[in-house]
Amino acid sequence: MTGGGLAAPAAGAAGRPSAWGGWPPATRTWLLRAGSIVAVLALWELGGRIPVSLTFPSFTATAAAFAGMLADGTFLRAYSETGGPLLVGVGLTAIGGVAAGLVMGLSPKAEWLGVPLFVILQAAPSAAIIPLITFIYGIGFAAKVFAVVLLSTPVIVLNSYRGIRNTPVSLIEMSEAFLASRWQRIWKVILPAASGLIFAGLRLGLAQGFTGAILAELLITPTGVGDLITFYRSQAEYDHMYASILSIILVASVSITLLQRLEGVLFRPELRSP
Amino acid sequence: MTDAKAATDATAAPGPPVGADEPAVRVVELTKDYPGGVRALEGVTFDVPAGQLTTLIGPSGCGKTTTLKIVAGLIPATAGQVIVDGRRVTGPGPERAFVFQDFALLPWANVLRNVAFGLELRGVPRAEREATAREFIAKTNLTGFEHHYPHQLSGGMRQRVGLARALAVDADILLMDEPFASVDEQIRRAFQEDLLRLLSDARKTVMFVTHSIEEAVYVSDQIVILTRGPGRVSNAVRPEIARDGSPDEIRRSRGYLDAVEEIWGELRSYVEQDMQAPQQTGVAS
Repeated sequence: MTGGGLAAPAAGAAGRPSAWGGWPPATRTWLLRAGSIVAVLALWELGGRIPVSLTFPSFTATAAAFAGMLADGTFLRAYSETGGPLLVGVGLTAIGGVAAGLVMGLSPKAEWLGVPLFVILQAAPSAAIIPLITFIYGIGFAAKVFAVVLLSTPVIVLNSYRGIRNTPVSLIEMSEAFLASRWQRIWKVILPAASGLIFAGLRLGLAQGFTGAILAELLITPTGVGDLITFYRSQAEYDHMYASILSIILVASVSITLLQRLEGVLFRPELRSP
Repeated sequence: MTDAKAATDATAAPGPPVGADEPAVRVVELTKDYPGGVRALEGVTFDVPAGQLTTLIGPSGCGKTTTLKIVAGLIPATAGQVIVDGRRVTGPGPERAFVFQDFALLPWANVLRNVAFGLELRGVPRAEREATAREFIAKTNLTGFEHHYPHQLSGGMRQRVGLARALAVDADILLMDEPFASVDEQIRRAFQEDLLRLLSDARKTVMFVTHSIEEAVYVSDQIVILTRGPGRVSNAVRPEIARDGSPDEIRRSRGYLDAVEEIWGELRSYVEQDMQAPQQTGVAS
């Protein structure tokens, strides 16, 4: 134990300068990233093997469950169930929320009326409200959509509003001096200038929307991905439960990254140039 | 321009016919109060002769930029009026183009689109406006940088983009708000010469705000000196300088040195006030 413990760092220290020096920077970054992921997964594996708890599966068991659920179509079925309300909810909120933020950012009256409302909504414990949704919307598709909208709205609206309020005054004056119409000013100056904060809001809103959809499935209707978690927990199949949670993290990260790419394509080409 | 401004522009009363000696811009008894009761300008009156370069100079806070923005139609005057080509100004117009102190370039648009932006807003077709933009990119020595973004350019290059954008819309009157304020002194001198060369080709009327006495005298046909608290016209100086010499000859000529001395004489009392009240910013020269 002691011998091995001493040998490993010594080898690392001796090997590092020559090994690092030989790699181009891009490869080095890639190696560091891959290395950190491997390290976390190794710790997970170790924690599962000890085991830390009977409810904590190892990484390999989780990965096997993940592959199995992917192969037999469990994930596909669950995500087609969860994805519908999520897409409809986030889509509605994105359109309505950005529009509301735009109006509040441009009109002092709307700002006076709207901002406090969304600040309160953001501070409110929305998860506690979700079970109440059933009284109005029952337990179907509409209830899930409502849960997604409830959680994603405040951050999308408030970020859009802040982005639009922070448009540099000199750009607005410039568009006036060069005779922009009201719509040209909004479309060609204000929206691109605010796009950073708007898209940050959309990314956070999408993440909140995922939370809303899963909460609705856990608290209202046992369907989709939320139901997978509940079901496997009740069956004590913890490797499958963890695989379900992992899948949510993966899907959420990938969709948020895609949204970031979309912003670059739509509004900010300069962020992609060298 | 907003719809409201467009409507009032269309109904602006035509003034007297424009004669050969009619100034391009007349500033008449301009007064501006900001909210909170601060009076920025009071009874500011001067003419800007057509085809010439008129500079507004004065201590910080004397309302130079305010005057220029009222002429541009970007902010309304409390009282008084601005007459451009015989018409009262009620908003921005196609005959006036503005060059901003902080450049006001679109960070997400490349040089080509920024230079063509004024034409884009006017609905000029893409091929046509890009051809015009390339012409002014060449005139401002930016060829090769068409597809660069503002954050990839130096301060001097960004201001040349701002200048090219203003020239591209082919306005008769250029309004320049301390265009070289954020540029190094060496580049600034090269710029002043570029500006004079560009303007001698184009025969534009220019209103130029600066806080540099040397710059004002070097580039101007007429220098309007504003004083502070509230801003008033204290004097208008027309430097007697033969413009055919080299830049160094001009800077050593008697007319140049006399004009610098005369303006400094007008402004020095404000510097002395500021020295006694050091928390205020003084006039830079």
